[in-house]
Amino acid sequence: MRTLDNRPAALSVSRRTHINKWVRREAFVGWLYILPALLMYAVFVLVPFLLTILYSFHRWNGVGPMTWVGLKNYVTVFQYPDLIGTIYHAFWLIVWFSFIPVGLGLVTASMINRVATGQFGEIARTVLFLPYVIALVAAGIIWGWLFSLSGLVNQILKVVGLGSITRAWLGDFNWALSAVGIIGIWVLLGFCTVLLSTAISKVDPALYESARIDGSSWFREFLAITVPLLKQEIGVCLTVTVIFALATFDIVYVATAGGPGNATSVPGLQIYILAFAQRNIGLASALAVMLMILVVVIILPIQRLNQETKR
Amino acid sequence: MKIGRGELFAGRTLLLALMAFTILPFISIFMTALHPANTVPGGLDWPAPPQWGNFVEAFKVANMTTLIISSLRIVLTVVPVALVISTMAGFAIGLLRIPGSGVLLTLFVFGLTIPFSGLIIPIYFLERAVHLYNTKFAIALPLIALYMPFAVFWMRAHFVNMPVEISEAARVDGATTWDLFRSIHLPLAQAPIASLGILMSIWTWNQFLLALVLVEDPSQRTMAGALGAFQGHYAINVPLLCAGTILILVPTLLVFVLFQRQIILALLQGAVKG
Repeated sequence: MRTLDNRPAALSVSRRTHINKWVRREAFVGWLYILPALLMYAVFVLVPFLLTILYSFHRWNGVGPMTWVGLKNYVTVFQYPDLIGTIYHAFWLIVWFSFIPVGLGLVTASMINRVATGQFGEIARTVLFLPYVIALVAAGIIWGWLFSLSGLVNQILKVVGLGSITRAWLGDFNWALSAVGIIGIWVLLGFCTVLLSTAISKVDPALYESARIDGSSWFREFLAITVPLLKQEIGVCLTVTVIFALATFDIVYVATAGGPGNATSVPGLQIYILAFAQRNIGLASALAVMLMILVVVIILPIQRLNQETKR
Repeated sequence: MKIGRGELFAGRTLLLALMAFTILPFISIFMTALHPANTVPGGLDWPAPPQWGNFVEAFKVANMTTLIISSLRIVLTVVPVALVISTMAGFAIGLLRIPGSGVLLTLFVFGLTIPFSGLIIPIYFLERAVHLYNTKFAIALPLIALYMPFAVFWMRAHFVNMPVEISEAARVDGATTWDLFRSIHLPLAQAPIASLGILMSIWTWNQFLLALVLVEDPSQRTMAGALGAFQGHYAINVPLLCAGTILILVPTLLVFVLFQRQIILALLQGAVKG
């Protein structure tokens, strides 16, 4: 077998043109490999992406002719509290779907690392992860039942002596959105915990050992070692969960359908209702474009922060 | 190591509390599913006697046989096709490093930030225009495309880390690009391909929005899409609804327990490298 080592140091001119030709052929063949994926991606993602933007500048009911209306749909979104309110709700959900699972996941992961390194920790990780693999529709149905008047949540409240605050949580104007938030914690806590706990296990154990020999508390260890060294993974966790929060549809559709009133309506659900129930394609698309811009605007700073910590 | 008894106790109590928070909802719907149909039991009431027949009833009412066939058909269309084309694309971007690889990768990664609801309206009208709407491929085709950002990214991450020496040695032996792909790198990529396949199977089974919008008949949808319709019909019959929900989530839980390692690895690496 020949090896690359006995290749002449300097290539002759003819050889070089030969290689150039080979490289070009190679590039062409390479493009053939990427073509099927690119084609599918272009037809069902890139083209629809551009079409959504195009629709958003029109008034259209889906069958008749389209009328160009400029930015009017965007103005409408800002004018109607029912529409712009969905964006506020999405922000509020970021707290529940992102900040709390990431924060609590970080605490849980560091706890596993400190007091449950053996099989108990392994079991805890698996159990916490379970809700992440089931259909979000199922999560919505399960919690729709738990939060109902005779459901488990109220039953537990009665047992601990809080019977006076029991209610149909998902039907309460003040509490419904936060109750949806609890569903988000349930689904995402395990994902964050497992991701962060895997990251902790890659930290040099000597760091933790020396801290513990010095007798430092869990909290000191958490602030001095875990959080600073896990910045990158925390960023990843935030990115994934923020996108998840902003893209919420299944859970809300099943658990509350946006109600009571519009108390739990989120952009994904409102887009669906506007487009497929009210046939207001332009307005639905304008909201969709705003949602997509929002995702990028929130994700970019997190990514930039991540890039800096890498350096 | 100095970890006080008090802390050990507090830490383990916290973990147990969180595990209870995770598990109790499952136990609650299981208990509820065993109560007589059309009753409204308490969240954790013991069913006496347990109505195992509810599962049979839910299986019949939800038209589960048709549904399983339809879901499996969608999974078996989406996953193999998505695996083949994303592996090839990942190979071209990560290993062949064709000109424009960087731009292509950015283009695919951009797709990771787009919520499905941002694309669903045009997909619906495109499918109507080409008479794909409400057909066997209505859900499968767009779903393959929507997986491409994650799938290509994930496969590229594998290929980009393969040592160059392997490919160079094969090239010197006169291997064509196809030989390189088929005989050398495909066998080496089995593990990441398997993880990706399991992950995409679960996602497809659980897919709701596309099923809801693109197929009218619930029994021709994915499992999750059908569950949404089932809820509409049986919202008042709580035990039956819980039994139906359990039937639909048991397969995903089983797959997870069986392939835990691959699934967690795939999700984490996919996320971290993103």
